[in-house]
Amino acid sequence: MLPFDYARATDVDEAVNLLAADTNASYLAGGTTQLDLMKDGVLAPERLVDITRLPMRGITRDDDGLHVAALTTMEELAADSTVVEDFPLVRQALLLGASTQLRNMATIGGNLLQRARCRYFRDPGVAECNKREPGSGCAAVADSARMHAILGVSERCVALHASDLAVALVALDAVVHLQGMSGRRSVPLTQFYREARTSPDVENVLVHGELITGVTIPFLPATATSGYLKVRDRASYEFALASAAVALVTQDGTIGQARVALGGVGSKPWRSLEAEQVLTDAPANEETFREAAAAAVQGAWTLPGTAFKVELAQRTLVRALRNISGVAQ
Amino acid sequence: MAKALSRPRRTQVVGDTPMELSVNGRPYKLYLDARVTLLDALRDHMGLTGTKKGCDQGACGACTVHVNGRRVLSCLTLAAQCDDQEVTTIEGLAGAEGPHPLQESFVRHDGFQCGFCTPGQIMSAVALIQEGRAGSDDDVREYMSGNLCRCGAYANIVAAIREVASADGASAGRTSADGASAGSASAARAPRGGTDASL
Repeated sequence: MLPFDYARATDVDEAVNLLAADTNASYLAGGTTQLDLMKDGVLAPERLVDITRLPMRGITRDDDGLHVAALTTMEELAADSTVVEDFPLVRQALLLGASTQLRNMATIGGNLLQRARCRYFRDPGVAECNKREPGSGCAAVADSARMHAILGVSERCVALHASDLAVALVALDAVVHLQGMSGRRSVPLTQFYREARTSPDVENVLVHGELITGVTIPFLPATATSGYLKVRDRASYEFALASAAVALVTQDGTIGQARVALGGVGSKPWRSLEAEQVLTDAPANEETFREAAAAAVQGAWTLPGTAFKVELAQRTLVRALRNISGVAQ
Repeated sequence: MAKALSRPRRTQVVGDTPMELSVNGRPYKLYLDARVTLLDALRDHMGLTGTKKGCDQGACGACTVHVNGRRVLSCLTLAAQCDDQEVTTIEGLAGAEGPHPLQESFVRHDGFQCGFCTPGQIMSAVALIQEGRAGSDDDVREYMSGNLCRCGAYANIVAAIREVASADGASAGRTSADGASAGSASAARAPRGGTDASL
């Protein structure tokens, strides 16, 4: 790890000003990505601004939904009584991610900003990485590694966005609240991320110094059923090979509303309006689910190592829809 | 930089980032390089080598300690971030009456082979029981999954934890399969943000 200055911010304005004044400065919250990548030599900020003491912690609810301050930890959000009762999708996605130790550290804002698990990105000894060094190429494409994305990718970059929570949140139409030098703004999470296909090195719409201050998660209709299904190499403490966040409102066997997002397969948390379109106004049955799954993976770009994910993602989505609709196989 | 405080028991100056930590109830005043992790601060600057450095990248759980009563990975925590915080390590578990029940249980059940992961396993297990997540073998496996044991002593680790959890809260072994809702186990759930003073 290269030397850096450590500064602790006491209010949001101070934190934003410290960052904005220094293009080589980064925020430090839970540290589970930031410090890891600094140890690897992938990130080398000259200054870390510790934001963990900022008054941005806690969860409130109103008619608009759940308001989660950005420094709330994953464990705190999973344990929140409203999340337990009304957001099974969020709770499942949280508890299926990482370990308890990491969930006690990692914040909600930081979770959304976690960097790719791509081992080429994380190894500065690998020269070709468009995410680290724009224009240098992509070593992952030349290999047959399997832990990469198939949607929103190209030969320029196949890095996966590995957050489970973000997949649940794009399905729920969550909105992120930002504060920067030019003021505050709110961005739907579905419009927050950029695809590796077009911009490997720019992963989201944040400008330097902009801070995530919170997330609003709207309620689903009271009659909706929802769930998060994660498929992985180990039973616990592993990233997804494929995952699905789904919600349905079904009446008399017909689907009225549908939400579908996929994880483990996209360079960003992958909301599939195509799958939702197939599901909406269709009978809730196996055939509909399979058709929706096929629509969800349209346009997949695969490598020999990732080709299996096209089928796996479809089966994962079909099973997730089956689970929440009670449709037998 | 010097503050007018009652003089901490131990002071060490090897860098320019100041921090005051309470570790196992003992105050430390340190001036360290900003890069020093809590793990390295404990081992190299406080002489507390019970906490182990396994992967040093947040994957293995060997460095698990409690900060303000919650289990975290000390290898991915800067020491400076723990300024004014309460840290508990494996050295802080035993009381005047002897080892912590989990330490005794790990010995009784042979819950280790080489022993390198053991401090992290035990620190994680103490928190696990406080979280109310030790109500079934499956829950223990799920919520201990961040602590790897390359010797493969898992079966005995689960048995050691279950024995203490069952003794700790009479209902701990009979609560629902949903670990996080198993907080009814009497002594099992510590208040969030509480310290480990009672350990």
